Amino acid sequence: MTVTEKEASPAIRRLTTSKAMVEGIAQEMERDPSVFVLGEDVGAYGGIFSSTTGLLERFGPSRVMDTPISETAFIGLATGAATEGMRPIVELMFVDFFGVAMDQIYNHMAKIHFESGGNVKVPLVLMTAVGGGYSDGAQHSQCLWGTFAHLPGMKVVVPSSPADAKGLMIAAIRDDNPVVYMFHKGIMGLPWMAPNPRALAPVPEEAYEVPIGSAAVVRQGNDVTIATLSLSVHHSLDVAEELSAEGIECEVIDLRTLVPLDRATILSSVAKTGRLLVVDEDYQSFGLSGELAAIVTETDPRLLKAPFLRVAVPDVPIPYSRPLEYAVLPTKTRIAAAVRKLVG
Amino acid sequence: MDQKIKIELYRTMVLIRSFEEAILRDYHADKKPAWDIGAGLIPGEMHLSAGQEPVAAGICANLSSGDGITATHRPHHLAIAHGVSLKALAAEIFGRETGLGKGRGGHMHLFDPASHFSCSGIIAEGYPPALGQAFAFKWKKTPNVIVAVTGEGAANQGAFHESLNLAALWKLPVVFVVEDNDWAISVPRQASTAIASNAERAAAYGIPGERIEDNNVEAIWRSAKTAIDRARSGEGPSLLEIHTVRLWGHFEGDAQAYRDDLDAARAHDPLPAYEAQLIGEGFLDAAQAEAIKEESAAEVEAALSFAKASPLPDAADALRYVFA
Repeated sequence: MTVTEKEASPAIRRLTTSKAMVEGIAQEMERDPSVFVLGEDVGAYGGIFSSTTGLLERFGPSRVMDTPISETAFIGLATGAATEGMRPIVELMFVDFFGVAMDQIYNHMAKIHFESGGNVKVPLVLMTAVGGGYSDGAQHSQCLWGTFAHLPGMKVVVPSSPADAKGLMIAAIRDDNPVVYMFHKGIMGLPWMAPNPRALAPVPEEAYEVPIGSAAVVRQGNDVTIATLSLSVHHSLDVAEELSAEGIECEVIDLRTLVPLDRATILSSVAKTGRLLVVDEDYQSFGLSGELAAIVTETDPRLLKAPFLRVAVPDVPIPYSRPLEYAVLPTKTRIAAAVRKLVG
Repeated sequence: MDQKIKIELYRTMVLIRSFEEAILRDYHADKKPAWDIGAGLIPGEMHLSAGQEPVAAGICANLSSGDGITATHRPHHLAIAHGVSLKALAAEIFGRETGLGKGRGGHMHLFDPASHFSCSGIIAEGYPPALGQAFAFKWKKTPNVIVAVTGEGAANQGAFHESLNLAALWKLPVVFVVEDNDWAISVPRQASTAIASNAERAAAYGIPGERIEDNNVEAIWRSAKTAIDRARSGEGPSLLEIHTVRLWGHFEGDAQAYRDDLDAARAHDPLPAYEAQLIGEGFLDAAQAEAIKEESAAEVEAALSFAKASPLPDAADALRYVFA
């Protein structure tokens, strides 16, 4: 069954993204005793961004474990446990912290299957909070998905909605590969962050998978393709609705997965609209936005009838002070200006 | 210690040395007259373990089926002592499709899930995955243990300390082993390490620590047994530092001009020393020693012949195995 079918049901209950994620984890923990959760503050606290709320109470301390602040040790532990047939879900509290543990991530977790010639599988989920917009400064506000997607051997999923958050979590747990699951703090529906109406939405109650590697066309339009992900999907949809009143129809693609990337959905949309805007909260250079431009141009540069545009973080650390931070984030103002430029 | 164990230790040490000498021979055979590290039947870096045989023999004689080991960039002795297929090991070193990793890993990246053997080319970073293997053993309620091996240079890495703390905290069935061969490539341990014995670091984590001197295989066997038994009985990890010797270079091609201890190191070759000890004790005679060497050499040559006769991977398959 697909999520889309289920969303059509009027009686469906609504969940925040964080609750949807937790529901997905809990259903898999019920189904498969080899699934367990570890990380900093995932127990009694329930995850700093509510990604594990209630799991300790439900499954106990042998399956939901707070760790020391030793990311190298506990992410490596998750990898080793996965090689022995368990299915760990390990949380890196902020993606910004990857620097203290990256060797375990890209040299071990991501390479063991390859180096073993396929003899050793590493089925784990590395979930991590990303994104800014709340003045947390340069070390707690990054997205960095381009960094992970650049390095071979790990799948990378980035949900933007409650239903996808649950379905991608379940798919990630069931996948036989390491999956980096990146959730934006601004989509979680946390009561202590700016309210986000799109962070509360219908979520099917039973377990289901959103297939990894499949983008979603979340809004149809003929004029401009906006390829985006995570919180920027919300901003792009808002802009698309605003511009619709001016007669500009944007097609919004929620990439949902970066590795493997759903090239077909992007290309077929660009073939239709002839204009591509990438909205990316990660750094601009050498990353996702350039990759999407390359995919289009190496397929057929004639697909574009206007120059490619991107709205990304312009290669500065994320500033602390609000006017500075919002000058570099992919805001609705910047997105709308880029769309107008594309069709102008 | 009974004769059977002594002979087993000796036989393992001989097999390892035979293997390393054969790899040494084939590694250098076709890299002359101009030295090219990437050329020849065995390309790439090659870190051989001659001199460190007592560590592998003494530890692995205490391991059972289902127990595991994680090793370092210098892994052959531990793989052989742990019972990894010599043929699959050799074939991986030769980059063949029949190798442990089908030629994708190479000699620093060996994985044998059947024997829970793995290694990592990154200093100290083999410890954290070992915690996870131990965690899985505990979860499966098997009595198995994992021995995590690294070198003395690794004791100054964060991964080493994070791992000792977490293993001690969660009482994981791990034995941490530091192979102290005195040299971190060209840097002697006294130039890198503030204390004389890394075993003292165990005190920081409330676990037993012991330094074993003289590269003595029987002493290693006894201490490893104590630590492995302790881990197996659920009492948690221990740390052993074993003072061993690196007879050859850090890697092949290393001229070792920085070493002033080479004569002394060669005088402490553990293999003739242990052979002389066993003969002196009456557990072995010269003819038996010769027979063991011949059997080992034959086994090694069969493995290398298998490797050389095996196909190289097809270039068309270069993108395979990134994902399951």
